Amino acid sequence: MKREPPRTIADYAPLAFPAIMLIVFFVVPFSTMIAVSFFRRQQGGFYTPDFVIDNYARFLSAFFGGVLGFSLMLAITVAVICVAIAFPFTYLLTKASRRVQIVWLVCLLSVLSLSEVIIGFAWSTLFSRTAGITNLLVPLGLMSESQALLPGIGAVLTGMVYQALPYTILVLYPALVRLDPTLLEAARTLGASPLRGFFGIIVPALRNTIVATLIMVFVFALGSYLLPQILGRPQHWTLSVHITDQAIYQSNMPFAAAMAVFLVLISLALVGLTLLVGGRKEVA
Amino acid sequence: MSGLVFNDVSKHFGNFAAVDRVNLSVPHGTFVCMLGPSGCGKTTLLRMVAGLEESTTGTILLDGKDITPVPTHKRNLGMVFQSLALFPHLTVGENVAYPLRIRSMAKEEQKKRVEELLTLIHLPGYAERPVSKLSGGQRQRVAIARALALSPRLFLLDEPLSALDAKLREAMQVELRQLQQKLGITTIVVTHDQREAMTMADLVVVMGDGRIRQAASPIDIYRKPADAFVADFIGSTNLLTVEADSAGRAIVLGQPVPGLSLPNGMAKGLISIRPEDVHLAKNANGGIRGKVTFIRDLGGTIETFVDASGTTIVAVTTPRERGDITAGAEVNVVLPADSCVVLKQ
Repeated sequence: MKREPPRTIADYAPLAFPAIMLIVFFVVPFSTMIAVSFFRRQQGGFYTPDFVIDNYARFLSAFFGGVLGFSLMLAITVAVICVAIAFPFTYLLTKASRRVQIVWLVCLLSVLSLSEVIIGFAWSTLFSRTAGITNLLVPLGLMSESQALLPGIGAVLTGMVYQALPYTILVLYPALVRLDPTLLEAARTLGASPLRGFFGIIVPALRNTIVATLIMVFVFALGSYLLPQILGRPQHWTLSVHITDQAIYQSNMPFAAAMAVFLVLISLALVGLTLLVGGRKEVA
Repeated sequence: MSGLVFNDVSKHFGNFAAVDRVNLSVPHGTFVCMLGPSGCGKTTLLRMVAGLEESTTGTILLDGKDITPVPTHKRNLGMVFQSLALFPHLTVGENVAYPLRIRSMAKEEQKKRVEELLTLIHLPGYAERPVSKLSGGQRQRVAIARALALSPRLFLLDEPLSALDAKLREAMQVELRQLQQKLGITTIVVTHDQREAMTMADLVVVMGDGRIRQAASPIDIYRKPADAFVADFIGSTNLLTVEADSAGRAIVLGQPVPGLSLPNGMAKGLISIRPEDVHLAKNANGGIRGKVTFIRDLGGTIETFVDASGTTIVAVTTPRERGDITAGAEVNVVLPADSCVVLKQ
């Protein structure tokens, strides 16, 4: 359905409320942060208005470069794992009966109600040596004695994927439900095995949805703060953890602000790059 | 034998028999239309031929070989879906070439075959276009070309023309029939549109409640319906109760129909007579007395509704044969015996 384009200023009135909200709760605080990132830090206390780029310069060290790289790789890995699990799962879910679908979706929504803290501590218990899942593997003869599975990168990934998976499924679900079920059947009548039809037709047909979901999970995982601390070692800490560390424990607001701005710019650049690559393929 | 054979094929969903013991044999190169109201099992039967639905019992033979255990992608058939199921992310050419690509045909050959098929469906030079930029009729043709790309042994179409407007649909019916005759391919079309079936088919299969009610040529289906369901579903008809009296004459609405007799042992039944076979006469002897209640003048034909002691009989004439019958007039309805088909009740 096509709507008339707005003509007078009054036609734009419905946009006023979200616009004001966006300015008050996003544009103003973010601008403040950008400003603070150029301020000079006062030793032991606060900061004074100034224009220095020391904060950014300090960031360009091997240490923080490594942290940034690790944070980005972690977020990308979580996004890829989530979509790789969620896409086939959601596809099969849409083929199930309505009752089965509802039960699954309710379960997934209830996972969303868990806070990051609860998820973190639940997994830290499950991965512990004394009370963890390895204790179940010993009586089964799969392991000689129970052991701790954390801290480690595997534990961090597990926790973050667990947290992001329900979002991934809920984002993919509408697109997959609306997908014409005869597409795969058509591929099969044309000689493609079900698996080949799935990867050759269903996945490419939903490429835009998949890219959008990857970006969403990536952004979601980039802000992860608690899980890397609970389930990982210090080298698994993300940039978010270091930003908090600088802002709260080192009382270095300007440097924390500079790191936050840098993180936003880098993730925007990555998202833009993804869209650019995705858009070009569509034309070809 | 060569061709497609259904042996006692059934499909049950729980206790419900969507397809109930279907037996049918379709010679090679025949154009078959499966016709019936929605929910009669015609689409399920087609999907079983394609392997998209498993039969509960029975076998389907293609050229003497049981194809029931063969998975869809190894059956070598072409199918056009009601939704067309064109792959939205591919161009016209890529859609048509998809089955060729699956078979790893050389790129050059693929290109040649695609152009050949696009010429066949009157869309040469469309290979580079995205499918989203096509009109309904063009998408229809592309779906047909894609299904025919591998010269399949069977060509299946599920309500292929239902999304098109009336005019385009009629043109596509003729085109589809000509295409099938040119290729000599065994074709099964599922439709609920009886005009479509009459236009295209060599063999019309009328289905109702999961069973085949009649399988015959279009003209036989029309002229000699096997039962009241078929007579009523195909075209419009007058279904009237008929009784045999003690003298053996056939009595319809209290009047004997000269020349008509019921089969031995049948005391009561139905006759089906097409509206165009019903004669209306003023002041004629014999026939059923009735009163004209409504006249629908469609320009090309005129439908006259006659009420004969509570039963409505419809007669269709051309304007030339109309005479001076007007609404409210008393007329005699004459049923020529050779146009009446006697059916079991």
